[in-house]
Amino acid sequence: MAGAATQASLESAPRIMRLVAECSRSRARAGELWLPHGTVATPVFMPVGTQATMKGITTEQLDALGCRICLGNTYHLGLRPGPELIQKANGLHGFMNWPHNLLTDSGGFQMVSLVSLSEVTEEGVRFRSPYDGNETLLSPEKSVQIQNALGSDIIMQLDDVVSSTVTGPRVEEAMYRSIRWLDRCIAAHQRPDKQNLFAIIQGGLDADLRATCLEATLEVWAGCVLGLKTRRISSSVALTLPCTLRDDQARRAWLRHRGPERGYATDLVVCVALGCDMFDCVFPTRTARFGSALVPTGNLQLRKKVFEKDFGPIDPECTCPTCQKHSRAFLHALLHSDNTAALHHLTVHNIAYQLQLMSAVRTSIVEKRFPDFVRDFMGAMYGDPTLCPTWATDALASVGITLG
Amino acid sequence: MKLSLTKVVNGCRLGKIKNLGKTGDHTMDIPGCLLYTKTGSAPHLTHHTLHNIHGVPAMAQLTLSSLAEHHEVLTEYKEGVGKFIGMPESLLYCSLHDPVSPCPAGYVTNKSVSVWSVAGRVEMTVSKFMAIQKALQPDWFQCLSDGEVSCKEATSIKRVRKSVDRSLLFLDNCLRLQEESETLALSSRLECSGAISTQRSLLLLGSSDSPTSASRVTGTTGACCHTRLIFVFLVEMGFHSVGQAGLELLTSSDPPASASCWDYRHEPPCLVLQKSVIIGVIEGGDVMEERLRSARETAKRPVGGFLLDGFQGNPTTLEARLRLLSSVTAELPEDKPRLISGVSRPDEVLECIERGVDLFESFFPYQVTERGCALTFSFDYQPNPEETLLQQNGTQEEIKCMDQIKKIETTGCNQEITSFEINLKEKKYQEDFNPLVRGCSCYCCKNHTRAYIHHLLVTNELLAGVLLMMHNFEHYFGFFHYIREALKSDKLAQLKELIHRQAS
Repeated sequence: MAGAATQASLESAPRIMRLVAECSRSRARAGELWLPHGTVATPVFMPVGTQATMKGITTEQLDALGCRICLGNTYHLGLRPGPELIQKANGLHGFMNWPHNLLTDSGGFQMVSLVSLSEVTEEGVRFRSPYDGNETLLSPEKSVQIQNALGSDIIMQLDDVVSSTVTGPRVEEAMYRSIRWLDRCIAAHQRPDKQNLFAIIQGGLDADLRATCLEATLEVWAGCVLGLKTRRISSSVALTLPCTLRDDQARRAWLRHRGPERGYATDLVVCVALGCDMFDCVFPTRTARFGSALVPTGNLQLRKKVFEKDFGPIDPECTCPTCQKHSRAFLHALLHSDNTAALHHLTVHNIAYQLQLMSAVRTSIVEKRFPDFVRDFMGAMYGDPTLCPTWATDALASVGITLG
Repeated sequence: MKLSLTKVVNGCRLGKIKNLGKTGDHTMDIPGCLLYTKTGSAPHLTHHTLHNIHGVPAMAQLTLSSLAEHHEVLTEYKEGVGKFIGMPESLLYCSLHDPVSPCPAGYVTNKSVSVWSVAGRVEMTVSKFMAIQKALQPDWFQCLSDGEVSCKEATSIKRVRKSVDRSLLFLDNCLRLQEESETLALSSRLECSGAISTQRSLLLLGSSDSPTSASRVTGTTGACCHTRLIFVFLVEMGFHSVGQAGLELLTSSDPPASASCWDYRHEPPCLVLQKSVIIGVIEGGDVMEERLRSARETAKRPVGGFLLDGFQGNPTTLEARLRLLSSVTAELPEDKPRLISGVSRPDEVLECIERGVDLFESFFPYQVTERGCALTFSFDYQPNPEETLLQQNGTQEEIKCMDQIKKIETTGCNQEITSFEINLKEKKYQEDFNPLVRGCSCYCCKNHTRAYIHHLLVTNELLAGVLLMMHNFEHYFGFFHYIREALKSDKLAQLKELIHRQAS
C-alpha cells in the first residue's frame, strides 16, 4: 500500500531542476539540473558507461566533448568489482576518475533482461551470478546500499520490471509493488543529501494505471524527480505521459531502442516535445563499435565499400575530433583492420552527435523556435514530412506540432 | 638528410639526423625508436590519446602489410599516406612486414615478394612495389627484400646466398625505377614550365640500343632501363635546347630482371620532387660471409640508410647473432642511419646499440599491452637515494614473485611475460590503488590506479588497451631518452647494469 507523505518529507525532498525556458506550443522544456558534481543543461543525453568506463574513450575525452553526466550500472558494478572496493576507491567518481555527474540504475532491468534464471518476489529479485554462480538477492535495500557505496549523484529505485508488452493483472501487481519498493528504497537511503533518488512510473501502456502510479508516487514522496520507462512510444503512451508533474520535477525517459537506422534520434526529439528532460541509451556507443556513425540523415555503415574512397569527414558540420581529423575513407580502412582505434574514433563521434543534437534542441527551445527545429530535423532525417513514422507524427500532433 | 654524430662510445653512436621530411626541417635523435602503428594508427589510440603521451618519436613506422591493400585508394587520394592517416606532421618509415606478426615462408620469388594483409596475400613485383610507395609517399621505406631466411630455421647456404642476391637485385631495380620516375617527372615539369621543347629526344642520346622514342618513353621493355640520364646539370645551366655537352650519361652494369617498367603516362604533370629515401636491406641469415657481402654491396648503392634484417627471434637467437651484427655494422658507412627490424626488448636494444645500431621499432610496448601488462622496469640509473630504496623494495618483491617466467596465452600473442613488466590481471592488483609506476608522468599513471586497470582487464573493457598503451609507450620512449642521456654523460655502463639486473 502506498505510504503517506509527511509535510517534512515533502519539504525535505530536494528540488534539483530549474526551468529556463518552455515551448509555448508543445511540452518541451529547457532547464538545468543542479547536482552535486555540477550543473547539467537539459534536455540532456547521458552516455552509458556500464562498467565504470565509457567504452574505450578516456574521461578526459568525454569531458572534452562537453559531457557532464553519464551512467554507471549497479548490477554490473555490484558484481565486479563490488561496492566495497568502489567505496575504498572514493566511490565510482574516484574509481573511474570522472569529475562530473553520474547516474546509476537500480540493476533491476539488467537482472531481468540478462539473467535467465531470475525470480521476482515481494522480497526482491533472486538470481544466480553469471560470473561465480552464487545465488544473490537484489532487494530494494540492497540496490540502494550498493548505489550509496557507488556515490552516484542520481540513483534509481528498484522497481518490479515488467515488459510493456505484457497486459493483465501482472502489470497492476508490478505497479503497486514498485510503489512499495520505493518506500523501502527511501527508508534505506543513507545519503539523501548527496544522492538524489528517482522514482519510476510504472503501469505499462495503461493510462489509468500510470495515472494511479503517478498519484501514488507523489503521495509517497514528492521526490525531486520522476523517471519514465517506456518500451515503445506510441500515441496512447504519449497521452499518458505525466502532465500533472510539477515543473521542477525532471523527467527521465527510458527508451529501449527499437531498431536500426534512424529510430533513436527521432525518439529523442519526440520525447522532448512530450516533456522529457533526460535520455540515455547504449545505442550510440554500441553502434559505434559496429562501425556505424550517426549523422543527421540516419547513419553511415562505414565498413561498406561505398566509403572506400570517400575522402570527406563523417559529417562536415560536426566539430568532434574524429570529423576534424579523419576521412570516411581512412575510418573505412581502419575498421577493416584489427586496430581498436577505429571503434574509439566512432564512439567519440557518436557521443558528440548526441550531445550536439541535445544542445541544438535546447537552444531552439530557449530561442522559442522548437517547433521549427522539429520540422527541420524531421525533414533532414526523412526527406519528406509524410515519410516520418506515423507514431512520431501523431505524438507530435498531440502536443501541437504539425509536420509540413 | 644529414646524420651527425656527437660521439661514439664503446660502439654506441649518439647523434642527430637533420633535414628530414618533405620540408627538410625535422630532426631525429639517435639512438631512438619509431612509433609502432597498425594500419597507420598507433594501436588503440586516437589523435587525442596519442598526444597525451610525452616523448612520441618524430618518425612513425608504417607497415606495407597493412597498407598495400589500400594502394588504389591512396593513389586516388594523391596526397600521401601521412595526410590520409591524419599524421601529416610526422616523419614516416614504411617497412615491409609487421614485426609482430610472423610471415609465412615460401612466398618470395625472383620477381616478387608477398606481404600478408588482413585481406590476404598481396604479391608485389618491383614495379608494383614502387607504385605503392609512390602512392604512399613515405619519407623512408624499406626496399623490397628477401627476408625469408629469418622465418625458417637451419637454412641452407644456397638459400642464404639467394636471399642476398635477390635483395640486391630488388634494390638495384627499385633504385632504377625511382631514378626514372624522377627524371621523367622532372622532364614533364620542365615541359610544363616550357624550358625544354623536345624532351623526348633527350632520352635517346647516348643510348646503346636504338628503339623508337615512343617506346622508350612509355617504357615498354627492358631496353629502356639501360641508360640513366641526369637532368639536374641541364636545368642548372639553363639550357633551352638539347646539347650533348650538357648531358651526363651513365650505363648501368646490371641488366634488369624485371620485364615490367613503370608507365609514366599516369604521372600528374607537376610533381613535388621530394623523393622518398630508400633504405637498403642487409640480409645474409647466420652466414658471416654472406652478411659481409650483403653489407658491402648494399653500402655501394645510393641508399639513405640500412635495415638490418634477420636478427629477430627469441633472446637466445639474438645472442648468437650479436657477433654477426658487429661485423655487419663495421662495413657500413658512418654517416647513414642503421635500423634493425624485429628487436625491441630493452636488454636487446642496448646490445644492439653497442654494436652500432641507431633506430628500433617500438612494438615491444604493444606486445606488453596486448597481454594485459604494464612496463615497470627502471631505467633511471641515477635516481635519488630515497627512490632507489622504494624501487628496490618493489623490484625485489616482484622478482620473488617471478621466479619463473609465466606463459600467458593472449589473442594472437603467445609471448612470455618478461621481467620488465607486471601482469595487471593478477588478483593482487585488485585493491592496489597505486599508479602503474610511481613517479611516471603518463596520463594513465596521473589519472588511474592499478586497481582500475585490473577491473578493466577482468571485465574485458576496451579502455584497458588504451590506458596500457599510453603508459607502455611513454615508459618505452622514456627509456630511449635515458639511453641518450646516459651516452651523453658516459653513464651507459650503469644503465646497462640496471637493465641487466632486471632482465631475467
